[in-house]
Amino acid sequence: MTLRNRWRKTLSYCMLSLTGVCAVVAVSLLFLILGILVYNGWRSLDWNFFTKLPKPPGENGGGMVNAIVGSLEIVLLATMMGLPVGFMAGVYLSEFGGKTFGFLVRYMADLLNGVPSIVIGIFVWTVVVTRFHFSAIAGGVALALILIPITARSTEQFMSSVPQTLREGALALGASKWKTIATVVVPAAYRGIATGMILGVARISGETAPLLFTSLNNQFWGGGLTDQTASLPVMVYSHALSPYDDWHRQAWAAGLVLLLGVLLANVAARLILSRGIALQK
Amino acid sequence: MKKSSLWLGALGALVILLTAAEAKVLINAAGATFPYPIYGKWFDEFGKTNPDAQINYQSIGSGGGIRQFTEGTVDFGASDMPMTDEQIGKVKNKPLHFPSVLGGLVPTYNIPGVTQELKFTPEALAGIYLGKIKKWNDPELQKANAGAKLPDNEIVVVHRSDGSGTTFVWTDYLSKVSPEWKSKVGANTSVSWPAGLGGKGNEGVAGIVKQTPNSIGYVELIYALSNKMAYGFVRNSAGTYLKADLDSVTEAAASTAKTMPNDFRVSITNAPGTKAYPISSFTWLLIPSKIDDPAKKKAIVTFLHWMLTDGQKYAGALGYAPLPKDVVAKEEKQIALIK
Amino acid sequence: MATSAAVSAPPPTGARALVLRLCNGDEVARLITLVFASSILLVTIALVYELWVTSALARHKFGFGFLTSSMWDPVTGQFGALPFIYGTVITSVIALLIAVPLGVGAAIFLSELAPARLSSTFTFFIELLAAVPSVIYGVLAMFTLVPLMRDYVDPFLKKTLGFLPIFSGTIFGYGYLTAGAILAIMTLPFIVSISREALLEVPVEQREAALALGATRWESTWQAVVPWARLGIFGSIFLALARALGETMAVTMVIGNDPSIHASLFAPGYAIAAVIANEFTEATGDLYLQSLVGLGLVLFLLTIVINALARLLIIATTRRGSAHP
Repeated sequence: MTLRNRWRKTLSYCMLSLTGVCAVVAVSLLFLILGILVYNGWRSLDWNFFTKLPKPPGENGGGMVNAIVGSLEIVLLATMMGLPVGFMAGVYLSEFGGKTFGFLVRYMADLLNGVPSIVIGIFVWTVVVTRFHFSAIAGGVALALILIPITARSTEQFMSSVPQTLREGALALGASKWKTIATVVVPAAYRGIATGMILGVARISGETAPLLFTSLNNQFWGGGLTDQTASLPVMVYSHALSPYDDWHRQAWAAGLVLLLGVLLANVAARLILSRGIALQK
Repeated sequence: MKKSSLWLGALGALVILLTAAEAKVLINAAGATFPYPIYGKWFDEFGKTNPDAQINYQSIGSGGGIRQFTEGTVDFGASDMPMTDEQIGKVKNKPLHFPSVLGGLVPTYNIPGVTQELKFTPEALAGIYLGKIKKWNDPELQKANAGAKLPDNEIVVVHRSDGSGTTFVWTDYLSKVSPEWKSKVGANTSVSWPAGLGGKGNEGVAGIVKQTPNSIGYVELIYALSNKMAYGFVRNSAGTYLKADLDSVTEAAASTAKTMPNDFRVSITNAPGTKAYPISSFTWLLIPSKIDDPAKKKAIVTFLHWMLTDGQKYAGALGYAPLPKDVVAKEEKQIALIK
Repeated sequence: MATSAAVSAPPPTGARALVLRLCNGDEVARLITLVFASSILLVTIALVYELWVTSALARHKFGFGFLTSSMWDPVTGQFGALPFIYGTVITSVIALLIAVPLGVGAAIFLSELAPARLSSTFTFFIELLAAVPSVIYGVLAMFTLVPLMRDYVDPFLKKTLGFLPIFSGTIFGYGYLTAGAILAIMTLPFIVSISREALLEVPVEQREAALALGATRWESTWQAVVPWARLGIFGSIFLALARALGETMAVTMVIGNDPSIHASLFAPGYAIAAVIANEFTEATGDLYLQSLVGLGLVLFLLTIVINALARLLIIATTRRGSAHP
């Protein structure tokens, strides 16, 4: 073998191994992150964390129960506002969408998807907070605005992938269009639609920036939906920035809870989707 | 169908959450981080003795306190810098300034290997923050700290990134002791810092200094105390090196107690007196002069009375100083002005 | 004589037609879903409108000078966007410089070399990285990455490459470089995922042809396969860039919050999203607030343009891939 060929072969071997290293590094990042969070957060997850309210700064032993419930409240609000709108919009895009109007809506949905969440926060601030003050509702609206385009596009994607033959079969049997959609197309695509919804909700439950000036934060339980509400991501942020070791500890714990929730939702969603595909085969 | 029962369950949970919000008077406040540790303690304790009122305080900085107070998104605000005439002019409901407690700003530092407490001259502090004194073993610092072995490391300057009353007190002091600072930078809640990086809130600055070697920052005394961070002596106008503590901060306010203006807006940095700590300050609650909701008004008035009597007892333990008696008497009279 | 048994009546017109249409279930369904779909349109238009209107003061006062002025002084009312644009761009560039080689390399491995099951398992884990909330990346960056950079990476760079202005100056730990590093981790999954898909689209004949001509495995990959997928790979890079530009929490927590422009990467700086997050609730005065909204508008426009480019590139790849036999 000539020298040049030997060089080429060695180069090939080296570069390809390097790509393998890149892949291993990329994958191990996830486990590294998880590992660090578990290491720092696990010890801080005590009974207090889940049951007590935050204590004044400098005092130990507080918890984040109001933030956990607050997050659930805000995400629930966002889900109730955002999922139906997104779902219906997705149905329109896939089943009824006109050429130009459909293109426009699709384009705008993609646009909204790409808007940084802090800009959404500014928008909700100018429209909602200036009229109704900081509130859980404002936070819910902000998160809903993020959820709607995600849900719309994923619903459209999965409904479009339902074979046309299914629709034609139903129509041939005399069903009207809307009946076809409701009883044939949606059930056929429901796994994908549900996956998209779960992933969307998981995504918004971790969002911090839009909540910074919509629902703000609260040391206590607050007055319900129209009052400032604590949320896990905002608590993680404020506690991490503080100098108190006890608060850092709690920030790690809250981060771990948040991450586990989001990761579990993601894994569950993908499992649902993959099993659906396997079943269809 | 599974979906409808899910929605019903969600709706039910919401109803429970809504009705679970008790019939308390809920008050929202926001502002300075300087007094946050004692405010946190106060609102907690006040809530125990007055369970039908709940005051939720968000420590977002004096700038935030003034802004949210002006917008009316909070029931009252808090600031370490009294509102300027221009700011007051923007508020429909004229604010009443109520000094709540006295505090001292300390230069806290984190120098690996240096355990003794350093002495800072006004020139040293101005020089460091102007970016002219770049290393810890600078002659200006060596001069005042003959015994200390200051390393040849670059100083990491930490200041505030948010609109801060604490910044106002610090820059007000620097403007008084350094003509160069006064002309180049000036005093305000937010300035154009010649050097350093910004932390959010007293908490943020303390957090950064605690974790960053060779750094220096300015924080309220309690932040340095509760985090066991080193802080230095500062030379006052009479030439004495003093540490911030109950006595030295109280002394700083003593000279102004008699000449306190009626609206309580006063600066006590670089106060005269041999025992006066030079970087002390009042911190104020911004209370609207007219409160429409009678329940909220009653709660706030009750709190103010509590703050001026029982509340002051918590000051010492948390590294703040209680208000001078003359000031308290004057404030009690101002409470009557709240309509 | 053949007469049609049922003579069809002429189709109804006018108001009667409208009523009949409304009674039709399909039409109702179409209208309802149309309303929801148009809400997306309305929201987007409202968003742009609000951003435009609520930054009017700043735009009128500073004009295009807003984009070129580097003075951010709330005290004197001077607001310039340049330090933030600089910080946003620099940290994103650093992020891409780290993430692109790493990501494309991983994508090549996953599409060309790895057996299918390993490839999908690895991709699954890498894509999970994208699901990690930004504030958690921020906490990790603050407590783990900052000490790492401050105590090991930055001094090493300063010692070896300190003659370059970008690696000179005081080391804080917080700053452009650290922010860029955490952004690199956050944008990595996008590059890997989309590049891998683009590479998988490449027809197998490309690789086989190159190998038949005597190329090594690497040469066939690098010179035959990757160029075919380059549009998709560029698309993934643009998408990652768009994400990096808008990333808020992680950057806010480690960039150092200094609204000035520094040459050194070790120095603290500021980014658009970070300054909005930090100063929005306390901007006293209309001009201050509207300048921040103006910054939001700048960020919005930046991300739209880059996202649009990304989508064009990705669409072009798939179209090209399917156009060939």
